Parts: sequence; C-alpha cells; structure tokens
Amino acid sequence: MESRARSATVSKPAAISVTLYVNGEPCKLAIAPWTTLLDALRDRLHLTGTKKGCDHGQCGACTVLIDGRRVNSCLTLAVMKDGAKITTVEGLATDGSLHPLQQAFIDHDAFQCGYCTPGQICSAAGLIAEGKAKTADEIRELMSGNICRCGAYPNIVAAIQQAMGAKP
Amino acid sequence: MINFEYARAIDVADAIRQMAADPAAKFIAGGTNLIDLMKYDVERPMRLIDITHLPLKTVDETADGGVRVGALVPNSDLAYHPLIEKRYPLLSSAILAGASQQLRNMASTGGNLLQRTRCFYFYDVATPCNKREPGSGCSAMNGINRINAVLGTSESCIATHPSDMCVALAALEAKVHVAGATGERTIAFDDFHRLPGDTPQLDNNLQPSEIITAIELPARGFAANYSYLKIRDRLSYAFALVSVAAALELEGGRIKEARLALGGVAHKPWRKPEAEAALRGQAADSNTFAKAADILLGGAKGFAHNAFKIDLARRAIIRTLTQAANGTPQIQSSKKIR
Repeated sequence: MESRARSATVSKPAAISVTLYVNGEPCKLAIAPWTTLLDALRDRLHLTGTKKGCDHGQCGACTVLIDGRRVNSCLTLAVMKDGAKITTVEGLATDGSLHPLQQAFIDHDAFQCGYCTPGQICSAAGLIAEGKAKTADEIRELMSGNICRCGAYPNIVAAIQQAMGAKP
Repeated sequence: MINFEYARAIDVADAIRQMAADPAAKFIAGGTNLIDLMKYDVERPMRLIDITHLPLKTVDETADGGVRVGALVPNSDLAYHPLIEKRYPLLSSAILAGASQQLRNMASTGGNLLQRTRCFYFYDVATPCNKREPGSGCSAMNGINRINAVLGTSESCIATHPSDMCVALAALEAKVHVAGATGERTIAFDDFHRLPGDTPQLDNNLQPSEIITAIELPARGFAANYSYLKIRDRLSYAFALVSVAAALELEGGRIKEARLALGGVAHKPWRKPEAEAALRGQAADSNTFAKAADILLGGAKGFAHNAFKIDLARRAIIRTLTQAANGTPQIQSSKKIR
C-alpha cells in the first residue's frame, strides 16, 4: 500500500503506469487518468465478461470485486487502483470447475438474456463474503444494486441461496 | 468526460496545499457521485486530487463518550461497525437505506455529505439550472418536479439533498471536522449544509480548499428508541421522496428528549427546534406526534407534481415516531411498514 501513496502529478495527456492484479495475473498498463476500470478491463485487457450497462452506477452490470469487495467498475478510475487485486467473472472458475455461484445460476435458470449475469454473480460473491444476508429478504435488499431487466429475480435469489448453502 | 490531470495527495496538509495551488481541481475519494457527474459534463475539473491514501480511515471512541469517524471510512464499513450498530443504530439504518451495497462499499463518509442534488435538470446540461449555471434559471420549478423540495425553497432553486446518512447525522447532532489553509475548524451538522437562497450553486458552507477530515458523534446515541423510515418510488435502491429520522428518550411514557429530521424534502436535512420542543415532556402518542409533524412542516409549499410530499411527510413522521416510541424501528430489508 505504501508504494501506492507516492505523491505524483502527471500532465495530460501523458498516460500513468499502473499494475492491476486481475484474476491473479499482474497486468501493467499505461493508462489515461479518465479511463474507468470497466473500460480498462474490457478495452485494454480484453476481459469482456464484465458488462457496460448504464455506465452510471445504476444497474450493477459492471460489478467486480476489488480486494474482495464488490464495487461498480464504471465509477472507478483505473489509475486509482494501482496495486489492487481485481476479480472479474472470468476469474471465478478454478481449474475448469465452475464457481458454485455459476453452477447455481445454471441449476436455477437464473438468467434469460444473460447480460446482467456476470455482475449478478460477482455481486453475489461479494454478498456471500460479507456474510450479512441470511434470509431471502436480506438477499433481495443487498442485491438491489443489480438490475435484471428480464426479471429473473426469484431464480437469482434461489441460486444465491443454493450457493450460500441456505435452505430456500 | 473531459480529460483531466491526476495527482495523489499523501496527507491532509499535502491535499490542502495541492488544492490551494489549483482552484480548478477537485478532490476524489469514492468517486461514486463525482465520476457520474463528470460523465454527464456537469462537473468538469481540470485535475483530480486523489485523497484515498490519506490516514482518515478509522472509527475511534472519543474522550467524552462519543465516536469520531474518519472521512474516508466507507459507508458500508460505517454501517456495519460494531460501535455504530450498537450505539448509533439510527445511523446504521439510514446508511443501509441508501444506494446499493456496491456504492456503499465505494462511497466515503466525507463524500456522502458532499453529494450533489439528483434534480433531473441539474444533471441535464441542455436545460437551464441555477445550481449548475448560476443565473440561467430553474427548470424544475415549472418542470417535472416530483422529486423536488417542498421546504426551504427559493425563487432560484427547489433541489433536494439526496443523502440518507446525513438525515441521521442531523438528528444525532454530529459535528463536521474540516481542515483548510487557515487551520482546522468544527461545524455543527445543522450549519454544514445550507438552503439555496439566491446562491444555489453552493450546497454547503465548506470553503474552497477545505477538506472534511472526520465526523464526530456525540455520546447520546438514542439506541433504544429510534427509527429511519424511507419512502420512495421503488422498494430499494432509489432516492427518498420523503424520509424521516426519529430518535427519542423516554421516561415513564413521556418524552424526555427528541430529535426529528426529514430527508428528500429540502436542500438540507430538515429540522426545527420548535418541533422537537413540542415533543419534549409530552406523552408519546399520536396526538403529540401530529403536533410535532405540523410544526416541522410549517410553511411547506408544493409544486405541480410534489405537493403530495407534504401529506406523505406528515404521515411518515407520525409513523416513524410511533416506531421509535415502540422500540420497533423500520428494518431496511423488510418492506412492510409497521
């Protein structure tokens, strides 16, 4: 963290060098200050699993985990996350096995068009790590930052309950 | 979003120095509101000064029994902090009523106070707005004003302050610690935000180059009898049409101390000493609550689409005070209002 705290002023349009640890891989980028983490992931690192929905923090499609916490990558500047660990939907599966949330979304048919799904799954991973949601009402409230325009909400809640090991 | 320069501040003095050297700069912490406004071209800073490395991230007990919250403590960490959950549950509840968990994870305590209005016309740069462009006119007054203010408005502006957290901080009589080029000072919460008057471009009384360093909560936390009730157009993840923070201390069925603040109805969290005085010493019943509501809403003025807020607020105040008196606060994950 200390190395991140150096005072540095850079004139436009010079790019700033940052290292993001994306899904366990160090990724060194020279990046303009106004590049969002979402755009850096999609356009520079070609990780297009993370989706651009509203681009204003209102839909949750861009949700990723930064140092284990779920955030909206569309409202995050990549340059401010130098040294951070980023987990996207591409980083959830291990050794070819789906993450329990990915499997649960399939088991419960928790999507139709699938556009919100990477954000839903990353958000649910954050939710489970937080450990604050126990009941279906609490899951609904703490997942309200992820909009599903197909309306798959009941199945999303069921999938999360399965992944939590909770009784539906 | 315009192109801008980026700089990091290493401590509070460095942040103040960098800001004083560049009046076109803005501080950035969580960025949840600022980046959004920059994408809409409402905010156009030439430089962002990243303050996320400043050592303002702890929640500490104070010598006089209160709690001091560093300006960079994320909203979610504050809501779930054991000291806050136990001693200031009104604050926890209000924070969890706002935004989404992703945004609460990003948003800072200080930044929450500095959120700008969500008035549609403030966001739409194609329309006149006195807050965004002083002197250009107010589009909301005769426009779509369902979400706008009914109290403390002016001829220039009918915007509301969007925060839930701030409504609880007002009721709890928090203090805002700020630092600037001329030193440090403390601002009472009621004096931090301001009414629009004829200078609606100013949301609060923070001076240029000043920075919020901490929020201080006094010892009195109203942990036994409180409630935060938020009424909105959908059940979660929406700004308040009306919200109420109520906090009581009861003694033998009578009200010993009372706090009452409204969100979603004014340019700042709305309190009136006379409304709280009307509660003190009285029986905790609906007659008392209705009198306090009428005082708090005195002078309210509706516009074409938001006059309903006045009746809604009156009923929400009575309900919230009832919840507080009964020790049955609104639970934010429960959508039933009891």
